[in-house]
Amino acid sequence: MFPALWLQALLGGALIGGAAVLLMLGLGRIAGISGIVGGLLPPTAPDWRWRACFVAGLLAGPAVAGLVLGRDPVGMPAAGLPVLVAAGLLVGFGTGLGSGCTSGHGVCGLARLSPRSVAATGVFMLVGGATVFVVRHLVG
Amino acid sequence: MGLLLALAAGLLFGAGLALGGMTDPAVVLGFLDVAGAWNPALAFVMAGALAVTFVGYRLVFRRARPLLAGRFSLPKASAIDARLLGGAALFGAGWGLAGYCPGPAIASLPAAHLGTAAFVLAMLAGLAAARR
Repeated sequence: MFPALWLQALLGGALIGGAAVLLMLGLGRIAGISGIVGGLLPPTAPDWRWRACFVAGLLAGPAVAGLVLGRDPVGMPAAGLPVLVAAGLLVGFGTGLGSGCTSGHGVCGLARLSPRSVAATGVFMLVGGATVFVVRHLVG
Repeated sequence: MGLLLALAAGLLFGAGLALGGMTDPAVVLGFLDVAGAWNPALAFVMAGALAVTFVGYRLVFRRARPLLAGRFSLPKASAIDARLLGGAALFGAGWGLAGYCPGPAIASLPAAHLGTAAFVLAMLAGLAAARR
């Protein structure tokens, strides 16, 4: 990776952090995507409006980044449909059960030094890495 | 005002994900593939996000309450139990299979790839099932 690319990754991360701080400063909320989206599913949370606005912004974000970059930052899906459906079920059920994903546990929770988030982040990183190892180096 | 702030936060979040390469599953899988051609991008994204959030949260928590809400809504659970760790393990397996976690998958929807839409629909179904 060239220095320009890791600077870009650092800057992207800083924007994500800025978003998390803004949401805490303004609304007192954790910027955890699975939690925010979960409240939009039935039974819908009474405070669904800010959640819907956040998701609307999230959907528009890559287009704005694309204008700055001068290229489309959204890549192609990396697996076939059956695998993507199975993966989606695992990600949805797992983040629901474990109360958070990469953003809620991996960014907001770690920044709060929450022991639960440290444990959850360690587990999903390890299992994510192990899964890729199996798929790419054992099966593939 | 609160809704506008939520929109701005979402926009910033989505732009940051895209700038950091997280809306490309190949980049994310490249990070998780430590035994292959390791791509450290996600580590830099995490470092940038954590540095800003760590310092920013400490400044924000000096306040008695948020600007536009009555109180800070912070998670109250403290137990590191099977639910937390099992959920994280299932999530990690799905993340490793597709290279999508919830934020990047949703942010990638406007690109209109069938596979992304299928992933997100299945994710929403799984999330709804876990909340019951």
